[in-house]
Amino acid sequence: MAYTKRLDGRKNNELRPMEAKASVVPNADGSASFKIGKTWAIAAVYGPREIFPRFLANPKTGIIRCHYSMMPFSGSGERIRPGRSRRAQEISMVMENALNPVVDLRAFPNTVVDIFIELPQTDAGTRCAAISAAAIALADAGIPMTDMVSSIAVGQVDGTVVVDLMYNEEAYPAIVSDVPVAMLHNTKEITLLQMDGEISREDLMKALEMAKDATELVYQEQMRALQEKFTKTE
Amino acid sequence: MSQVLINERDIVIPGQVLAEGLDYLPGENTYRKDDKIFANVLGITSLPGRVVKVTPLSGPYTPKVGDKIIGQVGDILMSGWRIGTGTAYTAVLNVKDASSRFIKSGEDLSRILAIGDYAVVKITKVTSQNLIDLTMREPGLRRINGGRIMKINSHKVPRVIGKKASMINLIKDNTGCDITVGQNGLVWLRGSAEGEILAEKAIKLIEQKSHEEGLTDKMEKFLHENKGNIVVDKKFRREEGEESQSEESFSEEDQ
Repeated sequence: MAYTKRLDGRKNNELRPMEAKASVVPNADGSASFKIGKTWAIAAVYGPREIFPRFLANPKTGIIRCHYSMMPFSGSGERIRPGRSRRAQEISMVMENALNPVVDLRAFPNTVVDIFIELPQTDAGTRCAAISAAAIALADAGIPMTDMVSSIAVGQVDGTVVVDLMYNEEAYPAIVSDVPVAMLHNTKEITLLQMDGEISREDLMKALEMAKDATELVYQEQMRALQEKFTKTE
Repeated sequence: MSQVLINERDIVIPGQVLAEGLDYLPGENTYRKDDKIFANVLGITSLPGRVVKVTPLSGPYTPKVGDKIIGQVGDILMSGWRIGTGTAYTAVLNVKDASSRFIKSGEDLSRILAIGDYAVVKITKVTSQNLIDLTMREPGLRRINGGRIMKINSHKVPRVIGKKASMINLIKDNTGCDITVGQNGLVWLRGSAEGEILAEKAIKLIEQKSHEEGLTDKMEKFLHENKGNIVVDKKFRREEGEESQSEESFSEEDQ
């Protein structure tokens, strides 16, 4: 039987409820919290600051460095071993690649902007939530950026193309695929595209088309969070 | 068919389209791609004439020649000091720029500025790689003695000083503190203990509300409500008439 109705009753192109907030970590130069359904990412940005170890310094531009980490209690109850794992390192790397095309640190040679992402709670789509949070935090820190990056997962569950998969859908007992996508707002360029599982060529094209609208919704939420910080006072 | 898509004093985010068509020019913190002008940074828009500008609301301090800043001595070099500027880059203050007095070779430099000391200095040179040269040989530039240092966002400095130093003078008059604001966001306060605390609170409040209008009136109200029994003692203040002349400058002080 095909997957006709989503487990939580959402439409195929409907995202989980999002909630973004800028400046949540007072000590950081910029920070953000991004929640989508049960997945929750907190990003804190420090810098531009002196780079250590020194050999990483680039005399032509500043660089960004991501530190992705899931909190020990963030899964479904099984303790997640804290610290760097192979998975965390990979995600940190793809996050850097997703954000690099927009940040412009040529005015800050030999420096680094550190982005720390912690996930207090996870329910699939963590790297997407992390990228969306990091983009808000970078903007909040006043880092020059040419565009905003918004990210969402798309995929296929038993032949049905859906957006923003949750864990139970990723673990659905059928052929499933999960495709995290990060997109720039203006040019719709894709800066992150990974895939887990199986998907047909037609379904992938359909999914990427759906990702365009979905990332636009994420963008609206990011924009709201950044502007709200300055309008809600009093 | 050019059109601006934003109003004066709108809050824009990076990558937001500000104007379409070639009749407008991209100003600070914006860039043109094809026929559109985009924002480069989170900030407030302004439209002087046909230029679209964005004033950042946060972000790192960019050192500029002529800026008076407050720095902390990080290291003593062969013939000078390495001074932390509160940014990713450190600056160098050479002995020849440190004092109008002749400093003999072999003299103990830590007697002039020791490691950990703060000083009010002026930027004389910035290279493309952001290497910074400083001077301390001008009136008002000196080693910092007593008082307290606080840090604010460097983009809020013009707001803390105010038009023709109106805001900073308001705080000075109501707290009896002597206040020096460095362009890098470090602020030096010196006065009575209560005065310093109130001045610090006031400056923090300005930093928080910097994007709001009518701030001077709000601050006047705040200071009057919280002034309590602070005696405005002129002993920390310098001579009247020698007050700061413009937004960028500081009140001078004789050593």
